[in-house]
Amino acid sequence: MAQIVSLAEAVERAIHDGDAVAMEGFTHLIPFAAGHEVIRQRRRDLTLIRMTPDLIYDQLIGAGCARKLIFSWGGNPGVGSLHRFRDAVEHGWPAALEIEEHSHAGMANRYVAGASGLPFAVLRGYNGTGLETLNDDRHEAPTIRPITCPFTGETLTAVAAIRPDVAVIHAQRADRAGNVQLWGIAGVQKEAVLASQRSIVTVEEVVDDLEPRPGAVVLPAWTVSYVALVPGGAHPSYALGYSARDNDYYVAWDAIARDRDAFTRWLDESVYAVPAGQS
Amino acid sequence: MTSQVSADPAGVNDLTYTADEMMTVTAARTLRDGMTCFVGIGLPSAAANLARATHAPGLVLIYESGTIGAKPAELPLSIGDGVLAETADAVVSVPEIFNYWLQPGRIDVGFLGAAQIDKFGNINTTVIGGNYSHPSVRLPGAGGAPEIAASCREVIVVVRQTVRSFVDQVDFVTSVGYGSGPGDRERLGLTGAGPKKIITDLGVLEPDPDTLEFTVTGLFPGVSAAAAKERTGWDLAVAAEPEVLAGPSPAELDALRSLQTRGSRQRSHP
Repeated sequence: MAQIVSLAEAVERAIHDGDAVAMEGFTHLIPFAAGHEVIRQRRRDLTLIRMTPDLIYDQLIGAGCARKLIFSWGGNPGVGSLHRFRDAVEHGWPAALEIEEHSHAGMANRYVAGASGLPFAVLRGYNGTGLETLNDDRHEAPTIRPITCPFTGETLTAVAAIRPDVAVIHAQRADRAGNVQLWGIAGVQKEAVLASQRSIVTVEEVVDDLEPRPGAVVLPAWTVSYVALVPGGAHPSYALGYSARDNDYYVAWDAIARDRDAFTRWLDESVYAVPAGQS
Repeated sequence: MTSQVSADPAGVNDLTYTADEMMTVTAARTLRDGMTCFVGIGLPSAAANLARATHAPGLVLIYESGTIGAKPAELPLSIGDGVLAETADAVVSVPEIFNYWLQPGRIDVGFLGAAQIDKFGNINTTVIGGNYSHPSVRLPGAGGAPEIAASCREVIVVVRQTVRSFVDQVDFVTSVGYGSGPGDRERLGLTGAGPKKIITDLGVLEPDPDTLEFTVTGLFPGVSAAAAKERTGWDLAVAAEPEVLAGPSPAELDALRSLQTRGSRQRSHP
């Protein structure tokens, strides 16, 4: 059953060194404040899982929290590169980063398999691509393999389930019992929470009653471990109905992330020097 | 690539435009009213939104964020800007957009960009140089592109043409065009027809009906076949008489510039 705690307490209790952590939110509702708290608490050797690493994982990778990244598109949307991610892959700074790479369709289905309690999911995908080759017989621990349909004999693609230790998401609101409600672009957050052992949900507000909303995703309190009240906790991403995506910030991030010193200064001033939930 | 060229050599209307604008307008013209279009961000998104603002008001824009039938009045910066969700006919989850909508072949056209592309329209957006584990340049990766390239009924690629982007062999096959030639898509079980056009800042390429090798079939006003060959890393085929494509009309330019102005104003004053 969900416990309503502070952000610092949620991260302290749910996320440990070496954990596989999925912070999800597809452009919308990205849990930035929780990511910053993971940096502040100096977690190490994390396996970071996310379809679009976005600025949030650029920051965690640059801060030295990650050992491995599982992802499907690592760019700054509409702007260009994630320079901290590139520096880690191209030059091993601040540490070497192991990568496990998929397409969006593959990652989405891996979460669906995890949420469904299945070892894999099936899709039409990857045929003829370099990602298929990276997972062929010559490689250990593949996560993309051909599978034959038992009914038609057709060859399809199986992708291995993702089962993170912890899912972290941001939502518009929760009630005092810890039931969570989110709407707008809903990404893979439901699947990520249901696939994970533990979960943290930061929210814009805690309300007495969750008024039903057509099309909203509801995560009942008994599927969530911790709820923390963090208004604005998705910035520079956004929470539909509460804030707009700060596109200027995404554009400005390019120059900060391009330079190791500028990034290190940003970490000191905008994360380490700031209390939990206020960055 | 942003050099100004005159669309009106006689100077009657004093109309000038950039090569990027010509590319975006040409890409927009390939979309017909009422089509469903799976849109990648950047140049493809600008072209798809321009088509909807001009000749194809009923164009259905579908973004991988799960927004179906989005009608943004300004160009979004990302595929998940709030304006896409607020104006969409439906907003679905990411597993649903790929499994229910893209995979079964419901979508007419996929609009993609590329970092590298070869003569068979295979696309690389993953790594350049070195090897996969130690690349010279790490690009963003696949995103939705491999399955868009596989499953949309057809694909249009929008990419600036340089010797670095138009390569003899891509360093990594992120998304499959025609593989190594005729028969490969069928052998791989790819259900869509594959890339029908590559639109660049010089002109338009289409696959040769027999060899499937991309061939220049159209050039922008003032661009020579020799210039296109010079900016290509393989021995580029050119049609016997490539069409000289019409420059942007004043209405097309107005609509494009107004979409872009509104997009950047929204960024500066959220």
